[in-house]
Amino acid sequence: MQVEIKGKWREWEKMKELIIDATVENIEKVTEFVNQQLERLECSMKVQMQIDIAIDELFGNIAHYAYHPKTGTATVRVEVTENPLAVVITFIDNGTPYDPLATREPDISLSAEERQIGGLGIYMVKKSMDDISYEYREGKNILKIKKNI
Amino acid sequence: MKITKTQKGNSLYLALEGRLDTNTAPELEIAIKGSIDGIEELTIDMQSLDYLSSAGLRVLLGAQKTMNKQGSMRVTHVNDTIMEIFDVTGFADILTIDKE
Repeated sequence: MQVEIKGKWREWEKMKELIIDATVENIEKVTEFVNQQLERLECSMKVQMQIDIAIDELFGNIAHYAYHPKTGTATVRVEVTENPLAVVITFIDNGTPYDPLATREPDISLSAEERQIGGLGIYMVKKSMDDISYEYREGKNILKIKKNI
Repeated sequence: MKITKTQKGNSLYLALEGRLDTNTAPELEIAIKGSIDGIEELTIDMQSLDYLSSAGLRVLLGAQKTMNKQGSMRVTHVNDTIMEIFDVTGFADILTIDKE
């Protein structure tokens, strides 16, 4: 059975891209940009929040580390795929090669005193998204997340 | 994010509204650090909080560690999205959580 893309997506491009300075201050703009695309898909509030959290973690990482101590730009691409209906968000930067998927998973059974926060953000993203992939190609970090709608 | 702070004797009550994320977590950290001296009961009300990211978890962990030494901390009115985050990250075992 073919799943049709809901709402106005058919009338719009199936891919939208935002090129923006990779700064912490711009996380909100990136979130707004992605949410605008999500609205057309009529996705649930919960899915939207999970995606917003993923943006905070992933774009936040790029803003903090990719070009440190300088700044640079990042590209955020939103695509919609069918069968099953899903949104794919790609974060691209030209900064220091960094594979967030290679970080060690945090031990979530430790007490407050023993707890480390490192790696928790990417762990949350892995748990809430349906797919996540990383590649370094032609001088670019390319991180892709997929969430079924 | 909006933080409403109420202090009564040794009790501090913080109500959070909006998103607790990379940009707003420092505001909560400052609000807690500025008022936590001598506090024995800390309540963080999440009734109007949409969600939190790992930056927010870091601040909650810091507050919990401080309160482990000087009293107790409760997180209240936790919605399903936030509860799932606490479950997935193991914070459900670290924090004292009232869903209501």
